[in-house]
Amino acid sequence: MAILEASNLVVDIPGRAAGQPFSARILPGQRWGVLGPNGAGKSTLLHTLAGLRPPRSGQVLLDGDCLTQLRRRQLAQKLAVVFQERQDSFPATVQETVLIGRHPFLSPWQRESGSDLRLANQAMDALSLRLLSDRLVSTLSGGERQRVAIATALTQQPAIWLADEPTNHLDLHHQVAVMELLHRQAEQGAAVFMCLHDLNLAARWCDHLLLLYPDGELCFGPAETMLVPEALERLYDQKLSVGQINGVPVFVPG
Amino acid sequence: MLAALGAMALLVAVTVGSVSMTLSELWLAIGGGGDPLFRELVFSLRLPRALAAFATGGLLALAGALMQVLLRNPLADPYVLGISGGAAVGALASMLLGLGTAMVSGSAFAGALLSTLLVFGLAQGRGSWTPTRLLLTGVVIAAGWGAVITFMLSLSPADRLPGMLYWLMGDLSYARSPWLAWLVLIPVLIVTLPLGRSLNVLARGPLQAAALGVAVKPLAWLVYGLASLLTAVAVTTAGSVGFVGLIVPHMLRLVLGNDQRIILPASVMAGGALLTIADTLARTLMAPEQLPVGVITALLGVPTFLFLLYRSR
Repeated sequence: MAILEASNLVVDIPGRAAGQPFSARILPGQRWGVLGPNGAGKSTLLHTLAGLRPPRSGQVLLDGDCLTQLRRRQLAQKLAVVFQERQDSFPATVQETVLIGRHPFLSPWQRESGSDLRLANQAMDALSLRLLSDRLVSTLSGGERQRVAIATALTQQPAIWLADEPTNHLDLHHQVAVMELLHRQAEQGAAVFMCLHDLNLAARWCDHLLLLYPDGELCFGPAETMLVPEALERLYDQKLSVGQINGVPVFVPG
Repeated sequence: MLAALGAMALLVAVTVGSVSMTLSELWLAIGGGGDPLFRELVFSLRLPRALAAFATGGLLALAGALMQVLLRNPLADPYVLGISGGAAVGALASMLLGLGTAMVSGSAFAGALLSTLLVFGLAQGRGSWTPTRLLLTGVVIAAGWGAVITFMLSLSPADRLPGMLYWLMGDLSYARSPWLAWLVLIPVLIVTLPLGRSLNVLARGPLQAAALGVAVKPLAWLVYGLASLLTAVAVTTAGSVGFVGLIVPHMLRLVLGNDQRIILPASVMAGGALLTIADTLARTLMAPEQLPVGVITALLGVPTFLFLLYRSR
């Protein structure tokens, strides 16, 4: 269990005026969704919360300690990031890639143990990657690679998940499977914070929403109070029609 | 297996030459008995040269493996950032002035360090440091050194030209003392071994590495510093022997996969063995003429590499 806290946080986007400061605590069990149009700064916010970019002002705290005072290794033992873009300039198999999620827990001379391998295998099972385990990542499709990235984060067993569009490239079945996986993680005490493009996934799977407007304005709160059609229409500059299926609002453009 | 190959290469290098000897004669000579000529031959000529060749090959292959991971570019080799160019300018300047072997080595090392610091300083720039920026800075500086080298060659008197050209192609016949190379190679290998897994993670990009707990900047600078030191020492020992640093790590990746914990020590053994064998061939093929060893490494390495690449997935 760990608590990530943003305190008067203003992200640093070059060439843009400082936005509204963000102060919130992301608690164990919560599932946060970040919504906003392209270029609103969703990924930048996520990277800043992960300590991968310095903020313009304010700070990010993990269990009360400022991220800048923590070593990257300590941070990685509690917090995992799923990136939108990935580099693989050298060939590596799916299993090798998933196994690097254990890196923060191993000392320099230590090799991966049987229990590390077991965690990697469980993560591959959870994302139905077992049959691909010896394939080179560079030969996989976009959706399969996305699942490898999520499996790597799962092997890290984080208390806090920061996921940048975890459903990117995924087919409908795997979108739901990944959302269910993150939901289970939250039920077991993890905090999940993810950027999403799909309003309906956000409405169905998140309990807190953060709306990021392109001018740096933001508002957040429990999901049901944020899913106001007028606010969402202004967010995306797009007319929306709203329906209801099984008690969950469904948004369709137009 | 690679260790056995390395030992074999050293053994062959010591026994073969203008005066060949049998294994039993070698054994006697090492034990302090037998023909004094053989003893002299082994201890003051062949063994130092074979050890120098092995260490140089190991230095270059390790430097190449590190540079490829650091720059995340499979085309990187120890010379890509202009280190050999700086060393060559230093060495050729000493040759042009007619200075002795020790001065040639010394100024080659000075040139290599100068070039390293130049690239290091300029690539920092004002903005953030990226592999692309480091690569571009290095390549442009290497091109600059290339122009200076050509200029010096065109100025130099005809009787000094062959020595200069041999140096540029890599030549172990001046390498009398292998100790500096070994003194650098072994500690650096020991330092890099525990970095292996962090380098595996770094190969997946700096952001991903940072998210997995790697302190990316200190690691990158450490690797750059170590690779530069390795290259500077290799160039000082044997001139700019091409090809070993680029090809050996790749050959091993094709055969052994891309785990740096295996690739780094394996590169040392394979690079050492390759250069030892190449140097033995270089001094025996057209004896008493000696060929530049760089020619042999390329002639051996090109077909082997192409074969492995063709066969791979």
